[in-house]
Amino acid sequence: MKLNYNYDGNIACKRILEDQLDKLKIEYQILGLGQIEINDDLSLESFEKLQLELERYAIHIINNPKIQLIQAIKDAIIEIIYDKDKFPSSTISQYLSEKLKFRYGYITTLFSEYTYTSIENFIIIQKIERAKKLILAEELSLTEISYELNYSSVAYLSTQFKKVTGLTPSMFKRIVDKKRLLSKKKNK
Amino acid sequence: MINKIDRIHILIADDDEEDLQLFNEALAELKMDYKLTSFKDGKVLIDYLENLENKLPHILFLDLNMPCKTGHECLKEIRSNSRFIDVSIAIYSTSSSEKDIEDSFVQGANIYIKKPNDFSKLKKVIKDVVNMDWQYQSSGLNKETFFYSL
Repeated sequence: MKLNYNYDGNIACKRILEDQLDKLKIEYQILGLGQIEINDDLSLESFEKLQLELERYAIHIINNPKIQLIQAIKDAIIEIIYDKDKFPSSTISQYLSEKLKFRYGYITTLFSEYTYTSIENFIIIQKIERAKKLILAEELSLTEISYELNYSSVAYLSTQFKKVTGLTPSMFKRIVDKKRLLSKKKNK
Repeated sequence: MINKIDRIHILIADDDEEDLQLFNEALAELKMDYKLTSFKDGKVLIDYLENLENKLPHILFLDLNMPCKTGHECLKEIRSNSRFIDVSIAIYSTSSSEKDIEDSFVQGANIYIKKPNDFSKLKKVIKDVVNMDWQYQSSGLNKETFFYSL
């Protein structure tokens, strides 16, 4: 039997945080954008326990404010890519600058300096990442996917897909199918 | 998470001295902090990877035509060991046939590079590959569907 699934990384992450914080009986509020408000001061012991538990899910507690801001930029971008209704009617630069309360010039320079890519490119990569998930979920047509991701046309999505992966969406799908078939054979 | 402070660890296996030299020079011109370890054939590469004392690289460049063990053989061996699941593999080939590209990805490669024949193109390719790989390492993208052909 084969199960297809898709998932929302943001919700998954939120649930993990809730479960782990509840387990350690820590009072908190999840603020979103990679931030949690802890109501009381955390003892070193609980902090270390929490850190250890979260590492299992590749969730890392960050202490450097610049890296915190970069994570907040990434989260803000991912949020609008995974929820069409949140996609800003203004420009992305205006949206990010208002949301994060920094000048866009500062945000974009810091981002490039730490991630080796530009915000524009990061957005494209994340959109194509979601397109891949949607293609594999087999629920939407490519045209519907292009609409879901705010592309002006399916041709534009295909062009960008090819630019990021070097493959056409159909070749991509074929490779993943063959790969899965191969690993199924190996596991038998 | 990989931060800027982390250095990108790159391995390359290629029996052609000249190609290795070019690869080295191209990397040196990138503004990235990296560590490069090179191997002359597939066998020494596998020995290195299987030695538990060696830290695993972020990315491995594999030439397809090598003595002792070909790139394809290395690819199969590496992908059959779950310890190397997070290592990105870039195939470095002279072929650009769609079948070769598709087969390499099916066998577990993440990146397929058609060897460029001039230096400035090579530099651009290496830069694009290392950058793209970095995004996969640092932004929680799904490695299982990481394919990049150029």
